[in-house]
Amino acid sequence: MRAVWQALTRRSGWLGLFGATLLVVLVLLALFGPWLDLPDPTRTNLRARMVGPTITWFSLGAHPLGTDQLGRDILSRIVAGSRVTLMVAGAAVLLGGVLGTLLGLISGYFGGWVDRILMRLVDIQLALPLMLLALMVVAALGPSLRNLIGVLALVSWVRYARIVRGQVLAVREREFVQSARAIGASHSRIILRHILPNVLTPALVVATLELARVIVLEAGLSFLGLGIQPPDPSWGRMLADGRTYISSAWWIITFPGLALMLTVLAVNLLGDWLRDFFDPRLAVR
Amino acid sequence: MGRFLLSRLGDGIVAIWGVVTIVFVVSRLLGDPAILLLPVGATEEQLQALRAGLGLDRPIWEQYVTFLGGALRGDFGQSFQFMRPALSVVLERMPATMALAGSALLVGVVLGCVAGSMAALFRGTIVEGVVMLLALLGQATPVFWLGLLLILLFAVDLGLLPTGGYDGPMSLVLPALTLGTFTTASIARLLRSGMLDVMKDDHVRTARAKGLLPGTVFLWHIARNSLIPVVTMVGILAGELLGGSVVTETVFSWPGVGRLIVQAMEAKDFPVVQAGVMVIATIFVVINLFVDLLYGLLDPRIRARR
Repeated sequence: MRAVWQALTRRSGWLGLFGATLLVVLVLLALFGPWLDLPDPTRTNLRARMVGPTITWFSLGAHPLGTDQLGRDILSRIVAGSRVTLMVAGAAVLLGGVLGTLLGLISGYFGGWVDRILMRLVDIQLALPLMLLALMVVAALGPSLRNLIGVLALVSWVRYARIVRGQVLAVREREFVQSARAIGASHSRIILRHILPNVLTPALVVATLELARVIVLEAGLSFLGLGIQPPDPSWGRMLADGRTYISSAWWIITFPGLALMLTVLAVNLLGDWLRDFFDPRLAVR
Repeated sequence: MGRFLLSRLGDGIVAIWGVVTIVFVVSRLLGDPAILLLPVGATEEQLQALRAGLGLDRPIWEQYVTFLGGALRGDFGQSFQFMRPALSVVLERMPATMALAGSALLVGVVLGCVAGSMAALFRGTIVEGVVMLLALLGQATPVFWLGLLLILLFAVDLGLLPTGGYDGPMSLVLPALTLGTFTTASIARLLRSGMLDVMKDDHVRTARAKGLLPGTVFLWHIARNSLIPVVTMVGILAGELLGGSVVTETVFSWPGVGRLIVQAMEAKDFPVVQAGVMVIATIFVVINLFVDLLYGLLDPRIRARR
């Protein structure tokens, strides 16, 4: 823990520290948003449609970031949207990470035809732009929250599988694995107790970088109307709705996008730093 | 080189076959096309007749073989909306997508290389700081938001450029910039770190020591050796560009394949969706094939390793 802190506060680490802090703030905001005494994010008020931001240096005003075309408060919608976004992206990254790591372990450990088939699958999936794959699957299954998480997990497992497999290939030949095998440990024991702990770090680094990608992908799907469905507020959807009013109300599209960019920036900075800290060899991807 | 080419070609064909299979599986998840095709209130006999006509009453593997054969011939069936072969509908939109993705790639490579070299050359100065900050922001900004912001600034406020549409070179400027930003940022970051690594190499010190002009050293000893990872990156980024074009085209009402796919999905025009996805995946595979070949040309050691 102390080593991590020292590395974070070193000159090269301040960006990582910035990212980590920003992410913590965002997560806290998402978690404790409902207690912030903000207006209801889904309550429309047609008499207060498209009110400009009321925030000044001295006070927040009634609608700090303005209201949208239905008079809903944009700040509360951004906070509520962050809950949905972080929940969906977090669940997808966790699910994809577990699946990808497991398949990477199996592929690297057993080798042979299992390995060949799995790695071919990885190649095939990488031949399809993520956005298209996600679009196709969501269109087929229908845009529900559960399907969305499933799709995002499905498009992200390949990167874990690839990195973990490479790591397993290196660890498999090490002496402690050989000796575990010599004393008769079962395959599952060797994989879970001896190899898994050695591949968790790269998997964690991939997970952070993947989180950013998944957040953008989710926002893109929601922007196209195939992601999170109303009345659940989502940043991508807010941008799509605000598009129509771009010439009269700049704030509707500006603030949700800013929230999205800051979130991705925070995750990217943390991910870059984690990668450099744990394994500089991963730097060139 | 011949064997290298053949094995890469084989990989590419397997990848395209896999994509066809994924498209087939997804299209069968969509449910019964006969119900979607016929108007509401069609009789059971009409449904049966259409299923027989489409070959949907055959066993699933036979349908798969038929689909595979059709895909091989470029036959994805008739578009439900346009009543024409789906592939020709898609190919008509191809030039617009190519123009957009091509100019975005050009913007990305040129700006990215200039920015990355500047950052490496002016190491530790404000130039490096500014370039790296912009690159970080560029990588974190979602394509569709950037597009909206650029529309807001250049089209709505300043009135310099059109908000969208497909009308002469001026309408290409904003979409290309939007789509090219992520590429620019990624290439700038990669090239900078690559150059900084190469600059520490012995051969660069030797080149300097024997009195070569700084420009010569930079171009022939540093830049040339830092370009290899950039070439690989272009292959990876081609996927981001093709995927990103779906959203960019929607933001700017650009009549390309990406927007066509989104519209076809809304209209449940699945033959067009399938044809569009296949065309884009094929292009992506071909680009990566070229990148691999180029990679082999730039660094003969890679050819030997395979």
